[in-house]
Amino acid sequence: MKILRISALLALVSFFSAPAIAGTLEDVQARGFVKCGVTTGLLGFAAPDDSGNWKGFDVDVCRAVAAAVFGDSSKVEFTTTTGKTRFPTLASGEIDVLARNTTWTFSRDVDLGFEFIGINYYDGQGFLIPASLGVASATDLDGASVCIQTGTTTELNLADFFRANSISYESIPVETNDEARENLFAGRCDVYTTDASGLAATAAQADNPADWILLPEIISKEPLGPLVRHGDHVWGDIVRWSLNTMIIAEEKGLTSNNLDTKLAMNNDPEIFRLTGKEGEYGAMFGLSNDFGYNIIKQVGNYGEVFERNVGLKTPLKLARGLNAPWTDGGLLYSPPFR
Amino acid sequence: MFKIDFSDQKLRAILIQTLVVGVLAYAIFWLVQSTSYNLEKRDYKLGFGFLNDPAGFDISFSPFYSFVATDSHIKVYLVGLANTLLISFVGCIAATFLGFSIGIIRLSSNWLLSRLAYVYVEITRNIPLILQLLFWYALLINLPRLKNSIAFGEAFFLNNRGLNSPQPIFGDDFIYVTIAIILAITVSIVFSRRAKKIQEKTGKQYPLFLINTASILLFPAIVYFIAGSPLEFELPVLIGFNFVGGMKIPPEFMAMFLGLSVYTASFISEIVRAGILSVNKGQIEASRSLGLKQNRIMKLIIIPQAMRVIIPPLTSQFLNLTKNSSLGIAIGYADLVHGFGGITLNITGHAIEVMAIVMSTYLIISLTIAFFMNIYNKSIQMDGR
Repeated sequence: MKILRISALLALVSFFSAPAIAGTLEDVQARGFVKCGVTTGLLGFAAPDDSGNWKGFDVDVCRAVAAAVFGDSSKVEFTTTTGKTRFPTLASGEIDVLARNTTWTFSRDVDLGFEFIGINYYDGQGFLIPASLGVASATDLDGASVCIQTGTTTELNLADFFRANSISYESIPVETNDEARENLFAGRCDVYTTDASGLAATAAQADNPADWILLPEIISKEPLGPLVRHGDHVWGDIVRWSLNTMIIAEEKGLTSNNLDTKLAMNNDPEIFRLTGKEGEYGAMFGLSNDFGYNIIKQVGNYGEVFERNVGLKTPLKLARGLNAPWTDGGLLYSPPFR
Repeated sequence: MFKIDFSDQKLRAILIQTLVVGVLAYAIFWLVQSTSYNLEKRDYKLGFGFLNDPAGFDISFSPFYSFVATDSHIKVYLVGLANTLLISFVGCIAATFLGFSIGIIRLSSNWLLSRLAYVYVEITRNIPLILQLLFWYALLINLPRLKNSIAFGEAFFLNNRGLNSPQPIFGDDFIYVTIAIILAITVSIVFSRRAKKIQEKTGKQYPLFLINTASILLFPAIVYFIAGSPLEFELPVLIGFNFVGGMKIPPEFMAMFLGLSVYTASFISEIVRAGILSVNKGQIEASRSLGLKQNRIMKLIIIPQAMRVIIPPLTSQFLNLTKNSSLGIAIGYADLVHGFGGITLNITGHAIEVMAIVMSTYLIISLTIAFFMNIYNKSIQMDGR
């Protein structure tokens, strides 16, 4: 009897602990907030401000998703992830979306079972080095000690670059950007390599940013984008179109400030569809039709988010470059909203 | 009719044991079942083929192998294993010496010394190891920079990238010196045994230490000069970004070495103190009344008896140190967990296989240490009389 009872109990336990396959959107709505994975702190991209609020370029992607789902961009819970923990954290369902300077590659997309929903920053791997070393090119780095975050694509690019140029280096592996910065500023390594945007953020935190230079070489393509788990297409679509909404809004000249006046004065049907004034687009993936309006109103368009967090007026001083809309010679190009 | 008599103790025992084993077996079965179900659902194919793929990344600290990015993940594993064994080995030796010293000092009648040992133990064993590792690392990377290295002559340079030292380069004829050393050691061991036997029989003593040291030092030295000094030293020279030539101990290794040995030594010192205190006071009084000097009492009476108490917990400390070496990941020490268990896992995504390999490796290392320590333990136990 006892054995029977216990095995029945165990069977019950195993039944309930089998992963429940509800949609991510339903989970998020039931929970009341979006769980978002970000870096452990990268100025301009994801870092808590003085009062503990997360601010940054990647953070705003998650805020846009929250604005779309709840009409309230503050309904996000941020989880910090390192280069190593980010994929298991997403795969296990601990977070709903990962917005963490993650490079879109074939194997991550296909083999690891994730879905990149787009590219929110076109980046490339560079080298940050003290100006006092007098190095003009990355090919002069023979014998240098290089700080590198482990478990990243940059680690592999670094090995390839030095091999291709037949020069040697000593790799100093670190876990986080903060560790890399400490090691670099202490002189444990001569040079730090990661995405150029991350290098700009690192240099901006130096006592005197002018003491640091970026070498001219950009040794890789690093398309950075938010990603979600394979298999839940509705949720993937929601995150994708949250980002696309911001990109289209910039193309159309809609900002968080002028949105209401533009809507009143404009006759562009795409703007009407985007903001939910026309059509039932939000309802197609289970959101309210004005999800686009909420994103633009509360978070802003892509250009606003860029300038606010990493643009020329911030310590990072990043130019738009490849991250300008296609109409301005950049690569940002969203499919039409119809 | 067959009736179960629950008051029968034997029957009850069998029933309970069957039940426990059954539940355990079911739990394991369920774990395997649900894991394989979930893996299948995620299209996860278990396999070890990825081990032969080229690693694609570099490991700079690899004193035993030369490692390049085109090497396979198996080589990543071997380099990590070698580094884990290296830090565990030197860490255990240093912790043992330091621990024994502190333990004995703690029992010293000198008030200041014993208080200092007490403070050492209480500080180091009550602060989490990972914080101590980070402390040592922070200290080491804030040493003078490369250009302002602390130089000891032209040979040793200490800076925040580690300690650069001359590298011995052995000529072909150095083999004769090696043979001479082995020969000298063998002869001294044989001589010591003979001398001990003679002492047991006749009471006659030889100045063993003096004779042995002289023969181990002198004989190889003579051979060395006859062979034409087949040993040279390559000095480290600062060229460009780093020192070139010579040997280099990086700060990650030094921090691991300091952290692990200082931390574990505090536990060992307590074990040693307990061992020494476990020796009956009457034994010491008896040996004193025989006229033995303090250091002879220690060597002949106390230590051999204390060792019986010390060895089993000391084994645990060796195991702890070895397992704690996996904390090297916090400061970038290229051990098994860092390279193979970290970077390889990340690049290939084969978390289950990689972790299974890493875990069974630690298990095998630990069991091996325990095996040899148990043999040693048996050899020093009191013979039944």
